[in-house]
Amino acid sequence: MTFFGDVATLARKDLLLELRARDTLPAMLLFVVAALVVFHFALPGEAGELAGLGLLWVAILFTALLGLSRAWVAEREQGVLDALVLSPADRSAIWVGKTLSSLAFLVLAEAIALPAFWIFFTNLDAPTVAGVLLADIGLCSVGAFVAAMSTATRARELLLPVLFLPLAIPLVVGGVGASVVDDPGRYLAFLGLYDALFATICWASFEYVVTE
Amino acid sequence: MSEKYVAAAYLVVFVAVLGYVVIIGTKLTRLEATLAELVERVRARG
Amino acid sequence: MLPPLAVVLFATAISLIFFWVPEDADDPAQRIFYFHVPIALTAYSCFGWGAWKALRLLWKRDERADLESYVAIHQGTIFGALTLVTGSLWAKATWGQWWLWSSRQLVLFLVLFLFYCAYFMLRFSVEPGPRRANLSAVYALFGVVLTPVSFLAIRLAEDFIHPTVFTRDGPQMTASMFTTFCVSLVAMLTLFATFYSIELAGKRIDMRIRELREALS
Repeated sequence: MTFFGDVATLARKDLLLELRARDTLPAMLLFVVAALVVFHFALPGEAGELAGLGLLWVAILFTALLGLSRAWVAEREQGVLDALVLSPADRSAIWVGKTLSSLAFLVLAEAIALPAFWIFFTNLDAPTVAGVLLADIGLCSVGAFVAAMSTATRARELLLPVLFLPLAIPLVVGGVGASVVDDPGRYLAFLGLYDALFATICWASFEYVVTE
Repeated sequence: MSEKYVAAAYLVVFVAVLGYVVIIGTKLTRLEATLAELVERVRARG
Repeated sequence: MLPPLAVVLFATAISLIFFWVPEDADDPAQRIFYFHVPIALTAYSCFGWGAWKALRLLWKRDERADLESYVAIHQGTIFGALTLVTGSLWAKATWGQWWLWSSRQLVLFLVLFLFYCAYFMLRFSVEPGPRRANLSAVYALFGVVLTPVSFLAIRLAEDFIHPTVFTRDGPQMTASMFTTFCVSLVAMLTLFATFYSIELAGKRIDMRIRELREALS
């Protein structure tokens, strides 16, 4: 099987599993909408539209964390990861497949979250949505990678936010910048740079995360 | 007025270095003790 | 050889700082700067060295490099904590606040400090062995990529967080200031080298003694 064939198979497996179990995506949806409601109460009256946009990114970040914490659970519990590593598939294909399925969940959650934000808070313009999509790629690629690392530890999901948040800070900067500033080009370009750099390093080093 | 902050900064670095030296010293003593115990064990074995 | 050298360099640096270099009229807390920046640069060197050893572990399968990488990053975290503390004291002395979000270097250090603290949480959550070595090494390498990306992010963030940008060491350094700074930098790096070799030797001896104990029982 080719690299992309493997990736497609793995991603499709995750989506099928979710379709049957229906636990991760509803949780993410409910979480993000509840978070937005909490933010309404957390923002003092004069906080303004910009504060709301900033909090949108916080909501996205933590919704992604929620989904990612479950990302490798099935593989670990069934011992699938070892089997995948033993198979002739490229190890990085495992990571790419997981990134794509996490991305699908996050985008689906945002398909509800962004309109909710529109209704509850303020308008969303094209650069914001572009920023969200670009940042999603970074969040899911780095997130899936780091989630695989934390799965290999004793602390497991407890470690994921600790490992993930420092790496996610540049994405928040890029995303909020794209939403808030008049000239968002630089921030979108920065998000693209982050995605390219980290996807490369993740792809190159995933092999070492799953083998001895 | 700012002299106390300058002094505090240098003091912090000094204390950190000193603390580190003390920790290394303690570890070294412990290692020597363990080594002595192991040497005894080897001797006891004959 | 290293410890006496470190002591001599340190004594020289402190003498220069307190007895030779003229005080800066604009910035009475200038003297902290002679320590703070060398400590920061040393911390970066520690992380860089740790990442280099991590690369050697993954690429050349050099097993000794795991411990070397760990010790370097451990030192880097200590120097990093000192950077934050001295930086905070300098901010308080110069600007009246304990923390300056507008100082790019301080904010970058905070992000990196968080990142490398997580390194230890990762490392201590895995049983010793090749798995732990691999995971630690990969994480250390991520740190190298994160550093410039974070710096860029912090610069970009200034546009919408703080319209006023605080630029550090704006005034040019005189020759005497520069010399003092360099001596201080070399002193710090020598201190790192000293601590690094001592800690590494200590950990290796620890390992051998443990092996010995197991062999005897």
